[in-house]
Amino acid sequence: MALLSEIWVLMQKDFRLEWRQRAALNGMLLYVSSTVFVCYLSFSLRGGQLPAPAWNALFWIVLLFSAINAVAKGFLQESRGRMLYYYTVVRPQAVILAKIAYNALLLLGLALVAFALYSLVLGNPVQNVPLFVGNVLLGAVGFAGTLTLVSGIAAKATNSSTLMAVLGFPLMVPMLLLLIKVSKNALDGLEFEASRNSLLTLVALNLIVGAVSYLLFPFLWRS
Amino acid sequence: MKRNWWKALTVVLLLYVAVAGLLMPVPRLAILNESIRNLYFHVPMWFGMTAILVASVYYSVRYLRTPTPALDIKAHEAARTGILMGCVGLATGSIWARFTWGAWWTNDPKLNGAAIAMLIYGAYLVLRSSFTDEQQRARVSAIYNIFAFAVAMPLFYILPRLTDSLHPGAGGNPAFARYDLDSDMRLVFYPAVIGWTLLAFWVAQLATRISVLKLKVYEKQIA
Repeated sequence: MALLSEIWVLMQKDFRLEWRQRAALNGMLLYVSSTVFVCYLSFSLRGGQLPAPAWNALFWIVLLFSAINAVAKGFLQESRGRMLYYYTVVRPQAVILAKIAYNALLLLGLALVAFALYSLVLGNPVQNVPLFVGNVLLGAVGFAGTLTLVSGIAAKATNSSTLMAVLGFPLMVPMLLLLIKVSKNALDGLEFEASRNSLLTLVALNLIVGAVSYLLFPFLWRS
Repeated sequence: MKRNWWKALTVVLLLYVAVAGLLMPVPRLAILNESIRNLYFHVPMWFGMTAILVASVYYSVRYLRTPTPALDIKAHEAARTGILMGCVGLATGSIWARFTWGAWWTNDPKLNGAAIAMLIYGAYLVLRSSFTDEQQRARVSAIYNIFAFAVAMPLFYILPRLTDSLHPGAGGNPAFARYDLDSDMRLVFYPAVIGWTLLAFWVAQLATRISVLKLKVYEKQIA
């Protein structure tokens, strides 16, 4: 139980920090909005609608880049002194799980904002909205899980911002393929049965990511 | 000879594969024709790559438990050998695809999975080169090696089976074993798998020895 309360305290701290320095939060929201708007302008639609596969692919690419940017600062902003302080008061597992949970909530919020804006300017062809939102939720958790440990790894190296993308993108491809597949099913309004296998694979993948992060982070932390 | 019998076995097996693979009778199949002999060279590369990458992860896990430079060198050289096997596998596959499917590269899940695997291990090499401190490099790259393998590799064996593929054994295509891997071909195919896998381990062992010698020379120079 102590682990859960530690996670809770760390998450509260992260949210409070985020709320106090709203520059970062507003920056992320603005990043998402301007990306969506650039997409809208570059297709220069005149009342028409993007074909569903293009709409889908573009949406996930927007989410992928926002996720990389939002999560990258997770460990980079933690100063060396503060990490040393955590080292003395909490266990490493609590740090990584709290970061993953916090990033997942953050990404979910960003993704929902992006979805709202995106459907506002580019139209909303989604026919099965609950499945789509559930899929976005799984995607946010998965992106957060994968990228949090990667950002921890990248923060240790010298050229972290390049490394973040180089290390993160290939790892996210399997997840992204599954997400795009399920989201295409939701767009076409297929029944739940059609995407059940992919959803189960996604849940399993999220569990693997969480478990491996939980096991590996204590080693990363030691330096 | 007691410890090196497997090297003699490798030489014998691969000589046998080269001679028998090119001369033994093979089934006559439309489109594949004589190119089916590439089975003895293309497919074992992936078996060898998987085996040597598993070995790399094994050494990375051992490094995290007991950090010694030798284990780090072994994990690194095994990963590099895995990349070599993967490149040879891609090259042989590309030639095979050109003469059976009509293109050097097709949008096939197995090809994409192999390409992403190469990107992941490329990222591993980039990560290694962005550290100046050797201990930190060894630990962080071991963590990435384990994380990448656990997160991405299982899916390269699961995803192609869920989607359509030109490869046998996927998307409703019968596996090789079903119709054409007759007993004549098994006589060459199984030794080929063992031979090429052993060769991968031999290459990794030699590369490790060279690295250890280089490290010793370097230490002598700065001493």
